[in-house]
Amino acid sequence: MDLTLKVWRQKDAKTKGGFQQYSVKNISPDSSFLEMMDVLNEQLNNNNGEPVAFDHDCREGICGMCSLFINGRAHGPDDDITTCQLHMRKFKNGDTIVIEPWRAKGFPVIKDLMVDRSAFEKILQEGGYVSVNTGGVPDGNAIPIGKDDADEAMDAAACIGCGACVATCKNSSAMLFVSAKVSQLALLPQGKIEATRRAKAMVAKMDELGFGNCSNTGACEVECPKGVSIAHIARLNREFLVANLKS
Amino acid sequence: MTKLKSNIPHGDLAEKWSHYKSHQKLVNPANKRKIDIIVVGTGLGGASAAASLGELGFNVKAFCYQDSPRRAHSIAAQGGINAAKNYPNDGDSVYRLFYDTIKGGDYRSREANVHRLAEVSGAIIDQCVAQGVPFARDYGGLLDNRSFGGALVSRTFYARGQTGQQLLLGAYSALNRQIKLGRVKMHPRTEMLDVVVSDGRARGIVTRNLVTGEIETHFAHAVVLATGGYGNVFFLSTNAMGSNCSAAWKAYRKGAYFANPAFVQIHPTCIPVHGEAQSKLTLMSESLRNDGRIWVPAKKEDSQAIREGKKRPEDVKEEDRDFYLERRYPAFGNLVPRDVASRAAKERCDAGLGVGTGEAVYLDFKYAIDRLGKNVIEERYGNLFQMYEKIVDENPYNTPMMIYPAIHYTMGGVWVDYELQTTIPGLFAIGEANFSDHGANRLGASALMQGLADGYFVLPYTIQNYLADQFSVKPIPATASDFVKAKKDVEALVEKLMNIKGNESVDSIHKKLGKIMWDNVGMGRTAESLQKAIDEITKLRAHFWKNVRIPGSKEGMNVELEKAIRVADFLELGELMARDALNRNESCGGHFREEYQTPEGEALRDDDKFAYVGAWEFTGDEQVPNLHKEDLNFEFIEVKARNYKE
Ligand SMILES: Cc1cc2nc3c(=O)[nH]c(=O)nc-3n(C[C@H](O)[C@H](O)[C@H](O)COP(=O)(O)OP(=O)(O)OC[C@H]3O[C@@H](n4cnc5c(N)ncnc54)[C@H](O)[C@@H]3O)c2cc1C
Ligand code: SF4
Ligand code: FES
Repeated sequence: MDLTLKVWRQKDAKTKGGFQQYSVKNISPDSSFLEMMDVLNEQLNNNNGEPVAFDHDCREGICGMCSLFINGRAHGPDDDITTCQLHMRKFKNGDTIVIEPWRAKGFPVIKDLMVDRSAFEKILQEGGYVSVNTGGVPDGNAIPIGKDDADEAMDAAACIGCGACVATCKNSSAMLFVSAKVSQLALLPQGKIEATRRAKAMVAKMDELGFGNCSNTGACEVECPKGVSIAHIARLNREFLVANLKS
Repeated sequence: MTKLKSNIPHGDLAEKWSHYKSHQKLVNPANKRKIDIIVVGTGLGGASAAASLGELGFNVKAFCYQDSPRRAHSIAAQGGINAAKNYPNDGDSVYRLFYDTIKGGDYRSREANVHRLAEVSGAIIDQCVAQGVPFARDYGGLLDNRSFGGALVSRTFYARGQTGQQLLLGAYSALNRQIKLGRVKMHPRTEMLDVVVSDGRARGIVTRNLVTGEIETHFAHAVVLATGGYGNVFFLSTNAMGSNCSAAWKAYRKGAYFANPAFVQIHPTCIPVHGEAQSKLTLMSESLRNDGRIWVPAKKEDSQAIREGKKRPEDVKEEDRDFYLERRYPAFGNLVPRDVASRAAKERCDAGLGVGTGEAVYLDFKYAIDRLGKNVIEERYGNLFQMYEKIVDENPYNTPMMIYPAIHYTMGGVWVDYELQTTIPGLFAIGEANFSDHGANRLGASALMQGLADGYFVLPYTIQNYLADQFSVKPIPATASDFVKAKKDVEALVEKLMNIKGNESVDSIHKKLGKIMWDNVGMGRTAESLQKAIDEITKLRAHFWKNVRIPGSKEGMNVELEKAIRVADFLELGELMARDALNRNESCGGHFREEYQTPEGEALRDDDKFAYVGAWEFTGDEQVPNLHKEDLNFEFIEVKARNYKE
């Protein structure tokens, strides 16, 4: 199929960006979206242009590196997938596709479609862990964990840290991302011990880094490629409440 | 040829590691603070090592090319991690895991290393559970296990189809804690481009900041490479797009020997290639072979009709289906090791029985769904089925999956001794980057085990034996001559690449290299194909240095420049792989030389001549490298032909 692409180009964080229009031809519907971007880049390269920079690595929906806003939707027009898992059969011959970076105060653009998500790192460094050192821990089966709790913890732990929730939220809130980690660890006996302290520290950092408040629109949940549920936000709020009561 | 010293401790196999630990040198706590350690790569191996070394009190500087350690290629591992816990009470033990790994590796790995790996495997699971890794559990709340290829016991722990993700997030959380505590300084989006060797010891690295383009040097008392495998030399592989050999290759060029480069694993269950624009291959976890049955039509007419779209696989009669693995290997059936399963698929497709494009076989869940019900299969593999459907646009609950072998893992890597130290003192290599534990073929679920064993439980000990007398060495400033020269060399390399201003993209040349490798150094190799590969790669390398085009500038983010630096190294490594394969006149594990096979088509080893690790020494650009041999002495295990038939 033949397509028209409107791609956000921006030299670096300091320079102002804008849309550029390109056309690509003979794209196979079995190609992935990023393979279509590869074709565009090869074309630019052969015509003395500069390829479009975008983040990607695993190309199988798990590393969380890819991050495009496609036709107004984070990760494009399909559900429960990342951009790298999007296939061209979702588009029709002659379509115009608008491709933008994540837009959020917490995620400044590095170049073209690449953004800086190091704010997520800083939030996790505040407490997204169980404070254990290597060695000297009990046997794996010493603490039985009910299957339901283990499964729910796994649902939350499936977050890939892509940032689609932030990019989708009108307040650019990172609550879904933060709650996924808080909830995963609060559900497990190993993590429960530090649950309230963790919730407080991570939320404080999130606020400090310029992410907005959560106003419960639920938009994040819809666009999350891993189906992380806003029920985790409720659990985070409970932990947070306890933390505030204690202090 | 010199003999390599593996520094294996004396004594009985089961005593070696505990004996080593009780007698090795340690660094006193007050001195740890004075010691800097660089860890390059923060996948499972690097993240677990950096966190553990930070906890011990060393100053750690860690590097990765992605924007976060959480995105390392380890994240993509699906199936699981082995450990000799024997929770299912089905007869597992440290010895059995050791034995399976040596046998699975076709008797080309070191007994002492593999035994140590099996010994520490249980502690890995305990550690991960303590970190909050949500492993699958049964209704009683205890940890669940599944089986993997090459084993008759269930010893694989898993977290849905996302085990690597969960283990990496566990190690990453431990790393984050150390970053917060100031014990580890993390440098993301930073690529290592050389090792600095000073007075014969590794003392630092040269890096390029991928955002600013700045080239810098970093000092440390020891350097650890945890930079993963080199499967992307084939262009198409299951590795992440950025996976590369550059760190290991630069170390090789500085004097670290490179061992068994020809040992590459081809995974039998990947989604087949769809066309020219294909950028990478997607693995379907080996765990699927627990419940899926592999077959192709028994009759060529059926295969042809299917390829032409005139027949559906569901309509092939039961008696016309050839379950070739169950037929050839009754004892292990669909669970034979990867190399055996891959070759068997190629054999059927070469015989004209392949489906899809002709390079595909079926993995069928109909039988398991009939036996267990759809919901059980969904619970076990739901996310993998969804992934398959998104890519291929077919529903595997109703029609068999199509699979074909693809490059997946590299057993070869930087040569290390028992202490995981390379031939450059002070330079260590862990995880997939080293060569040490999997011989000529790795068993499923054992890479995660090795990465975490190295990072949590082995390196934090063995590196101290080296560092014990290093605390008095003062940090070497960036102005010292060795550092200045190393930096200049990297700057010159970047300059040279930018100035070629040719007319072919990096990817285009990389694809050509991949094709040479797949056709000649792939699943079936011959002396002739290997010589051809050496000649063609030499030509392609010359072509690259004349014709590659890198747009943009060396300052700031330049993705094409990053790729060019990596492909320049692949163009050298590919040749070394072919040389190693050409030298090894036998078939073993993933290395199949068509001249050396039994009448039934099984790999034919030559233990008299080739029971050694082939470690290559760099001798200069466009020079033939030197081969050094480390003899493998099997003292505790009887070396036999691998048999998965009975
Ligand atoms: C799709 C897939 C599924 C798999 N499933 C399983 C499984 O179920 N069980 C199992 O046991 N194994 C599995 N494996 C294998 C296993 O995942 C890998 O062997 C293992 O994770 C490698 O870990 P590592 O830490 O050595 O390297 P990696 O995870 O590859 O990490 C490499 C690190 O090095 C960094 N790096 C690389 N080059 C540079 C450089 N030049 N400069 C700076 N940093 C650099 C990267 O940024 C990264 O942090 C699978 C592999 C694949 C591809
Ligand atoms: S919660 Fe979902 S959308 Fe947000 S970072 Fe995690 S995976 Fe991405
Ligand atoms: S590239 Fe890894 S999730 Fe898309």
